[in-house]
Amino acid sequence: MDADALPSATSVRLRQAGRFMLRLLEHRSFLIGSVLFFAIVACAGLADVLASDDPNRNDYAAILAGPSAEHRFGADAFGRDILSRVLYGARASLRIGVFVVLGTGVAGVFIGTVAAYVPALDGLFMRTMDGLMAFPGVLLAIALSSALGPSEFNVILALTVAFMPRTARIVRASVLVVKELPFVESAVAIGAGHARIILRYILANSLSPLIVQLTFVFAVTVLAEAILSYIGVGPPPPAPSLGNIIAEGRNYIREAPWIAFFPGVVIAATVLGLNLMGDGLRDVIDPRLRKLREAG
Amino acid sequence: MLRFVIYRAISAIPVLIVVSLVCFLLMWIVPGDVASEIAGADATPQQIVQIRANLGLDRPLFERAVDWYWNLLHGDLGRSYLLNRNVTDAVMERLPVTLSLAGLALALAIALGILLGVLAAVNHNRFLDQAAMTLALLGLSMPDFWFGLMLIVLFAVQLGWLPTGGFVSPSEDLIGWARSMTLPALTLAFTQMGVIARMTRSSMLDALGQDYVRTAKAKGLSAGQIVFVHALRNALIPIVTVTGVMTGVLIGGAVVVETVYSLPGSGRLIVGAIQRRDYPIIQGGLLLTATIFVFVNIVVDVLYGLLDPRVRHGR
Repeated sequence: MDADALPSATSVRLRQAGRFMLRLLEHRSFLIGSVLFFAIVACAGLADVLASDDPNRNDYAAILAGPSAEHRFGADAFGRDILSRVLYGARASLRIGVFVVLGTGVAGVFIGTVAAYVPALDGLFMRTMDGLMAFPGVLLAIALSSALGPSEFNVILALTVAFMPRTARIVRASVLVVKELPFVESAVAIGAGHARIILRYILANSLSPLIVQLTFVFAVTVLAEAILSYIGVGPPPPAPSLGNIIAEGRNYIREAPWIAFFPGVVIAATVLGLNLMGDGLRDVIDPRLRKLREAG
Repeated sequence: MLRFVIYRAISAIPVLIVVSLVCFLLMWIVPGDVASEIAGADATPQQIVQIRANLGLDRPLFERAVDWYWNLLHGDLGRSYLLNRNVTDAVMERLPVTLSLAGLALALAIALGILLGVLAAVNHNRFLDQAAMTLALLGLSMPDFWFGLMLIVLFAVQLGWLPTGGFVSPSEDLIGWARSMTLPALTLAFTQMGVIARMTRSSMLDALGQDYVRTAKAKGLSAGQIVFVHALRNALIPIVTVTGVMTGVLIGGAVVVETVYSLPGSGRLIVGAIQRRDYPIIQGGLLLTATIFVFVNIVVDVLYGLLDPRVRHGR
């Protein structure tokens, strides 16, 4: 019976999505943020083409050399080209970001939805989340990845555990609201099963705050990866990540500040782009805030 | 009010139970054998057995958990391998440096954040608004340790105005202490003030649109009086809440910034312990910082209740 209703529902959705995208693109900070972020994503994606050198090749003539035509961003203590390392490092940092966002999203949706939907588990799940949120996030991630041992997978795992509680809480809050809306009641009345109600009715309608939150999780992950690397529990060298390039540059901060400088600028630009995008999404998704802005 | 305080204190108990459980399990998620990790590559089998016995690793998990909680209730967090002393003493001794750094940074972040936020709200949608908000967001987008390194390059290496790092005790030399804390506090404050600036701006905009502000204008009060006495005072409540949430981030940040400037705080202790796999210190340090954070949040909630009676009567 859904087959007839589907095309028109889909076209309505598409039109709504189109209008939503237009509103987003009109939002200036979203536009600036996404240009910034996707420019960096493009550079990282095209690292094979853009990098002038293998990121792990040693040019012994250029040890600690400053920026020049050959090494645009200079070279490090092993004579490796910083520009190439930054490009490949950005790739690693963004990859970690994507996986942490996925992990946080899946775990947060699961825990948040179950807590909101199954009252018996709500207390246990949410008190556990409160407990995890009592740790300063970065500190918990540092401790976890130091216990697990240095690897990219463990960094992703540690950051997911650290950032998932707030996401779960946000999902739970919006599921609790949506659950009580009339269309859920009508879905129950026409005999829809739990899985269908949760997926098609409740989750589909509680996505917006989750998307905004995940944009910020991405931003914080890029920062946190750098901190973990700096402490020495990040993705292990010699494979570059934006964080471990800075960590390696720390010892040469007097004679070769460019080693640490450039990857930090890329981190700041990436995070700034993501924050601007998140702000824009929040404004467009939450009409109450938009009205406030227009009235003000 | 007393009932509210008691309610808030009791609700911290489950949180603290989870916190201590996570810290306990930290040792359990270490892959392979913790004892041989700690002992290092050239340890004799007897040494490893000895370490294992000292850590209680030869006993079942449940027994160890009971032990952990029993010791915890006595304020005993175990013994550090490298320092060969009590974890509680070692962390507590270093904590004042961390907390004073976090406190200084918080004060600075509040001052700068409120200044930027008010400036932005008063000049809503004009150049100053955008400039202030860009600065706030830029601070939030930089890795704190990296910003610290850059400040060292500029102010210590290039200009030579301030020391590159190290710590001077305030009881020995107050000016030296201030000089040693300036860059670390600035680093932390600049990367955190954005949260407060953004919150101040939005709640100031809210307050400036209220009727009592119009009344104040109609009474002929000066712009300064309207902004600072009428609007800002009412805008302060959300700022207090945000400050509570920020303390966790600040303590976490202080841990990292300490290592940049070689300040002898608990952060450097924990980071040193991580590099040398001194797990009891990591466990204890994590537990104590989280506990402090929990108590700070209780204090903030109580403050919030004092500022806004609706909060305490809502429960």
